Amino acid sequence: MRQAKGEIMSVNHAQRVDLEVVADLIPPQSRVLDVGSGDGLLLELLQATKQVDGRGMELSQRGVNECVARGLSVIQGDADKDLKFYPDKGFDFVVLSQTLQATRNPKLVLDELLRIGKHAIVSFPNFGHWRVRLSLFLEGRMPVTKDLPYSWYDTPNIHFCTIRDFVNLCEELGATVEKATALDANGQKIGLSMPWWFWNFFGQQAVFLLRR
Amino acid sequence: MVALRTKRTNNEADEPSSLVLRFGADKPLKLDAGTLLSPFQIAYKTYGTLNDARSNAILVCHALTGDQHVASTNPVTGKPGWWEVLIGPGKIIDTSRFFVICSNVIGGCLGSTGPASTNPATGKPYGLDLPIITIRDMVRAQLMLVDHFGIEKLFSVLGGSMGGMQVLQWASSYPERVFSALPIATGARHSSQNIAFHEVGRQAVMADPDWHGGKYFEHGKRPEKGLAVARMAAHITYLSEAALHRKFGRNLQDRDALTFGFDADFQIESYLRHQGMTFVDRFDANSYLYMTRAMDYFDLAADHGGRLADAFAGTKTRFCLVSFTSDWLFPTEESRSVVHALNAAGASVSFVEIETDRGHDAFLLDEPELFAAINGFIASAARARGLSA
Repeated sequence: MRQAKGEIMSVNHAQRVDLEVVADLIPPQSRVLDVGSGDGLLLELLQATKQVDGRGMELSQRGVNECVARGLSVIQGDADKDLKFYPDKGFDFVVLSQTLQATRNPKLVLDELLRIGKHAIVSFPNFGHWRVRLSLFLEGRMPVTKDLPYSWYDTPNIHFCTIRDFVNLCEELGATVEKATALDANGQKIGLSMPWWFWNFFGQQAVFLLRR
Repeated sequence: MVALRTKRTNNEADEPSSLVLRFGADKPLKLDAGTLLSPFQIAYKTYGTLNDARSNAILVCHALTGDQHVASTNPVTGKPGWWEVLIGPGKIIDTSRFFVICSNVIGGCLGSTGPASTNPATGKPYGLDLPIITIRDMVRAQLMLVDHFGIEKLFSVLGGSMGGMQVLQWASSYPERVFSALPIATGARHSSQNIAFHEVGRQAVMADPDWHGGKYFEHGKRPEKGLAVARMAAHITYLSEAALHRKFGRNLQDRDALTFGFDADFQIESYLRHQGMTFVDRFDANSYLYMTRAMDYFDLAADHGGRLADAFAGTKTRFCLVSFTSDWLFPTEESRSVVHALNAAGASVSFVEIETDRGHDAFLLDEPELFAAINGFIASAARARGLSA
């Protein structure tokens, strides 16, 4: 039968403060693939403000059907399995927003993003944030916060990482970090001049612009 | 009664009660079989008005036993058009906005040249003297119809099942003539299982002594029993086990107990017999052979060195594919492989899988999610094409 996957959309948009930051990185008229496009908010934003040629891939069939009904070009697909069908450098930007931590093989997925896109934009919740550290340190329990609302046993987020972890993975894959932004709890950018450790402690989310 | 029916079908084949476009010796139809079909004719219906820019035309392609009467009463059955739930004034495909064309495919039996049509060389029905027709031949003929209207680019081509195969063929053969394409419940090739079912149907027709090697009209007969059995077997493949169980279960037909005989004890038997009997009233047996063969031969990848993506190389057409979870004739995987090929070709593609237990035939039914997808896709394509609402 159909799996539970249909029920969990890859992102919770109430908490997607990263959308505008992602959109700011994309110049008008770009060809964009949004992997894990959810209910299509980013694609709609990009089409309205940047006139992009936007496509989406989303795991949840419900999300896909809603997107297509709203006129977006979206297919049902799995970032872990279906990126291989896209040609090299077929898009100017491939966006993976709040989805990396839910993939089975984040390294392979990131590698594919860098192959398909001239640029890749990846945003993810930072597991090195002080609240997460505090929760684990003081309570000794897996953190359940406003931004990470799932219990450990039913979370779609199976591969959390910290900002430092992600930077290491980029190095391993030979990706160049063109731009990186950390966002605080209110979605505000944390000052550019801050060192990595500061971002890794106070950043709730991170947005990376990469290329290879 | 038989003679009456025979005559009626025959008339509809040569003199259809719809519009008909006739092509003389100067305009033959080139067939994949390697011969030319000439003269030939295309029976068609249109709905709505072609705008001055000729940019609002939608071509609807019908399925195996469909016809041109997509959005108006069928002259043979007296029933509503086969996609009237979708197409008409104020409907999802709004004929007050779009110019909808639907033609009977070549090889059909409602007015386009097919095996029931009169062969001008002999004055008798073609029967099996008609060359084998392919999906590409059907599309080639449709192109001549579209040219007749002076339409350079169709706003959309849509269809389900065999109609979806034509949509894919259109998009592959004439990408510059198709702005958007909506192949529903279909695939880029006919699977081995599907060929198997078709072969069962054909053998049922041919096993009927009234078939007479395809020359039944000359004997004043029609292989009704064989064609009915073919339809009964095929009809099962259009539904799903869950839907059959939901509708019929093991319910008995107009009786309280089993009869210990071979009467239609069960409702499902009675239902299938009815499907078979009503089908032979409206469809020509030889045409059924030709239609099923056309689907069997369809393999878009094979025409492009085995690589389906090459069938769509460089396409600018916007695609939307739809499949249904309980469709075991064209399971979702068939659509998905087309989607992957389109991804590889860099095409703009949407893909919706709809959860339903109604099987393959879901595309002909009132399925709100299907309508929502078509509506969203058409609306966004219309904006991109600059068509006013």
